[in-house]
Amino acid sequence: MIRFMLGRLALAIPTLFIVTLAVFAMVRAIPGDPASAMLGDLATPEMVARLKASMGIDKPLPVQYVIWLGDVVSGDFGRSIGNDEPVGPLIWERFKVSASIVLLAVALASMVAVPAGMIAAWRQGTATDLGLIGVATLLLSIPSFWLGLMILLVFGLGLGWFPILGSQALSGSWREWAAAIAMPVLTLFLVEMGSIVRMSRAATIDVLRQEYITHARAKGLSESAVMWRHAFRNAFAPTWTLIGLILGALLGGIAVVETVFTIPGLGRLLVEGIYTRDYPVVQGCILMIAFVYVVVNLIVDMAYPFFDPKVAR
Amino acid sequence: MKAVLRRIGPSGVLGGFLATVLIVFAVLGPWLAPYDPVALDLRARLGAPSAAHLLGADEFGRDILSRLIFGARVSITVATTTVALAMVIGVALGLTAGYLRGWTDRVIMILNDSALAFPGLLLALGIMAVVGASTTAMVIALGIAFAPAVVRVTRSSVLSLREREFVEASRVMGNAERTTMIRHVLPNCVGPLTVLATAMFGWVILAESALSFLGLGVPPPAPSWGNMLAAARPYIQEAPWLIILPGLCISAALLGANLLGDALRDLLDPRMQS
Amino acid sequence: MSLLSLENLHIQVGHDGAEVVQDLSFTLEPGRMMALVGESGSGKTMAARSILGLLPPPMRLAKGAIRFDGVDLAGLGPKALTKYRGARIGMVFQEPMTSLNPAMPIGRQMEEGLRLHLGLSRVECRKRILKMLERIRIADPEHCLAAYPHEFSGGMRQRIMLASVMLLKPQLLIADEPTTALDTLVQHDVMNLMTELAAENGTAVLLISHDLGMVSHYIEDVVVLQHGIPVERGRTTEVLTQPSHAYTQRLVDALPRRSAGGLRNAEPKPALVELQGITVDYPGHALLFGRRVAKRAVDGVDLVVGQGETLGLVGASGSGKTTIGRAIVGLEPISGGTMRFKGQPLVPDDPDTRRDLQIIFQDPYSSLDPRQRVEAIVGEPLKLDTGLTRKDRRERVREVCDEVGLPAGFLTRFPHQLSGGQRQRVAIARAIVRRPAFVVADEPVSALDMTVQKQILELIRQLQMRHGFGCLFVSHDLGAVEQVADRVAVIETGKIVETGTRDDIFDRPQAEYTRRLLNAAMLLGRSYNAAVS
Repeated sequence: MIRFMLGRLALAIPTLFIVTLAVFAMVRAIPGDPASAMLGDLATPEMVARLKASMGIDKPLPVQYVIWLGDVVSGDFGRSIGNDEPVGPLIWERFKVSASIVLLAVALASMVAVPAGMIAAWRQGTATDLGLIGVATLLLSIPSFWLGLMILLVFGLGLGWFPILGSQALSGSWREWAAAIAMPVLTLFLVEMGSIVRMSRAATIDVLRQEYITHARAKGLSESAVMWRHAFRNAFAPTWTLIGLILGALLGGIAVVETVFTIPGLGRLLVEGIYTRDYPVVQGCILMIAFVYVVVNLIVDMAYPFFDPKVAR
Repeated sequence: MKAVLRRIGPSGVLGGFLATVLIVFAVLGPWLAPYDPVALDLRARLGAPSAAHLLGADEFGRDILSRLIFGARVSITVATTTVALAMVIGVALGLTAGYLRGWTDRVIMILNDSALAFPGLLLALGIMAVVGASTTAMVIALGIAFAPAVVRVTRSSVLSLREREFVEASRVMGNAERTTMIRHVLPNCVGPLTVLATAMFGWVILAESALSFLGLGVPPPAPSWGNMLAAARPYIQEAPWLIILPGLCISAALLGANLLGDALRDLLDPRMQS
Repeated sequence: MSLLSLENLHIQVGHDGAEVVQDLSFTLEPGRMMALVGESGSGKTMAARSILGLLPPPMRLAKGAIRFDGVDLAGLGPKALTKYRGARIGMVFQEPMTSLNPAMPIGRQMEEGLRLHLGLSRVECRKRILKMLERIRIADPEHCLAAYPHEFSGGMRQRIMLASVMLLKPQLLIADEPTTALDTLVQHDVMNLMTELAAENGTAVLLISHDLGMVSHYIEDVVVLQHGIPVERGRTTEVLTQPSHAYTQRLVDALPRRSAGGLRNAEPKPALVELQGITVDYPGHALLFGRRVAKRAVDGVDLVVGQGETLGLVGASGSGKTTIGRAIVGLEPISGGTMRFKGQPLVPDDPDTRRDLQIIFQDPYSSLDPRQRVEAIVGEPLKLDTGLTRKDRRERVREVCDEVGLPAGFLTRFPHQLSGGQRQRVAIARAIVRRPAFVVADEPVSALDMTVQKQILELIRQLQMRHGFGCLFVSHDLGAVEQVADRVAVIETGKIVETGTRDDIFDRPQAEYTRRLLNAAMLLGRSYNAAVS
């Protein structure tokens, strides 16, 4: 078990290394002098010179990379061009907002969608199954930002249940925070239900074909004991991996939902950074999201043996 | 034909129908659209659906129906070129990795796994941040972002096919490795790759509209469903149809791709071929 | 009163589909054993599953009664049935690899039935389970309780499954091909254990099997099914000696016996393929921060196959027998030793050698390219012969297909439109189309039904007589080897334990392992021969 975990950890290290390399290379790929590019048109020559010195721009590229990586590891992501704030705390602040939305949405979606998919599989071919899979496929086909706009139209503007601007997600009280993230959470909850229901259903159908399910029935177990004691753990393993992927991918695509609800999250920070060519912010956001993605998948993989003891050998 | 229809079922037929409608609009757009999609008509500004403008007009008085039809053209063009690009890159790398194995395989797969460590849309955002927003840049960015999935599928198909006995039989009969790959391995990869390409078609349409919605995809005034949504957002209360219609189009296109993908997977699943 | 009686049972696919079982009736007395015998598609498994209401949809019980201890199970609802399942009727399945839950420790799986039906406490369950595990001779029963199924071999899992079912002392045990997936020696063990446990607990057994030979050794009464129709029933010995139905006759004829292979000429022939000290290592799993530990699959093997001769290579799964065959045709690199072909060092990649060395694989479902038609499959090797025109190739393909018994109408079919036996004929045609000097037959019949096995074995023998190729016949099945081999080599965990003429090996085995193997196989296959002679 420990060997399995160490092995999985060892696999993540080269990936993380290449991720940092790619993010580093990104800014170097901008045409022209990286320091001027990073500071934008309004920079004074002194500012450029200062940044050049701190980036070690006169040194060879590998050395620059090591300097940069050292800064990043010690939490120094540079300063934002827009307001000269340190990027690190800014990202952390915004990340908390985005992460709470994503985590809440995926957790709720999993709790509803996994059992729904299992029920659909158990009732394969019946009206229940067709209804569930139809709704899931429909949800899968609705883009999050449009569904968000529809929810905004109905619950925000029409019924007035929730504030239409989500800026309170960052600094408001607990209640204000909850009201601000309610609609984005609902949006992502609905969108992600689709893929989780479909995966859970497919995995359960595969499991229900297995002989050990018939064996469990032949023991005299009730259908609910067969489903929960024997099918659930085995069918949940692939769904679990998917949930990990969704968690990470959502963070990468959350900018659209944050735009719809005007939430000051990490995605919004990234997109605004791109608009204003605030490269330290862009670099920091991308690094953060990729890092979280790798780590989330690492954690998911490490928990995998719980559902499938075979892999831990 | 009848047997195929029965196998893919009504949902597959619906998927095929939606895809066909989309492609017809995309190809025949210029002949079907009643107006020039970028022609301004300020008198019709934010006009509700009427006889003159069947689906209404936007904040510049441009005809929505025409813009939606041309939007289909944009989506299909972007999706087709992006999928083609991702396929070319992915199949080439996947085949190389699966064919040569050893160190080449390991290097390609480490790079590929690292690329997969970026969620697709984030990778595209990163590339757009460097090169700036344009349709070409988006196609390249999405092509690169989606290629790793193709590499995975191609390589794993090649590796599992290599173990199959009919491929071994081809080696034993004396065929060169290249002949074996072209005659036996590649044709049998076509199934899984077709399923992937269909699904990817949907992902790309979604990613394109998301990027355009963020203002980092198809630049205005060219009509794309995503940037139409973004432009209409301030008028969400005055003219909700501006929001509803492009979203319905994106959903219909995605639904078509998803249903068609499911049907193809069932059709090509070896377990179904008894 | 009889324990179980099936009355005019009909099982149908859906409401308007075909009937997979038609009008099946039989009775089983308490404590007795009975077998339902048939080939694939005979409906035997469905009949067995219907007793416990475990038919997979869309299969359904269309008509008939299943009386168990006086109660018609067919008329019971799912709730009422669970009182019978496990408690009074136990069931053992074919695939030990998939019939235990991979995500649940063995102990928990074994206690489920006890807790459910007898309401025992955890402590009491544990006591009974440990006792039972000791009874079935599992090493370290304590450890077994906490272990997961993947930690055990197929034979062990099948014992554990038997134990878990017999813990409840059911009145009836339904065993669906319980030993088909196991090696000969293990098969023998599991069958013995099953009959012992049944006798100890006074349990009646309904055995489902395709193997009339094995059945004849253990079971008193038999019902033979063909395409869902019961064609014959009676005492096993009588059915075997005086089959009244033509199909039963064919089944009995298909039982391996030496006479079917004709007399063998044991004269030494000039060597065609010579292996000396062959070693094959598989790269093991790479351990983290450690070296790969190689697994030695073949360990210093010497073998000679003469021209026109068939050498049977017999061993259990994992013994390395398949690896040797694959090494000869160049599919597996050897890590030591020398191979010679026609007196020259063997270079599998040389074009002329390729033409002369061919292989027939075990699984006819995976050995044919699903996207090629039969004509293309059989004709493909000929494309390498640049001297042949398209017309020549066509002619040659027709000729070969005719030789292997494939009608011309099959040439345009795809593999999935053929039966297992027909596919194997295509694979044979592809192997011999360029008249090779040597063919490796890697378990060529083990995926096929008994009657088809016999036809394919006869075909291989015939083709060999006509074309005189040498053959390495790799198999776990002593019956098949006895029919086709001139000489036999026995392999155990990568080493050859004994080589000799067929009659020497089968009648005068020297090595202990060969004797055990033969004993296990003889008991299963030979009792009929003993009964008639």
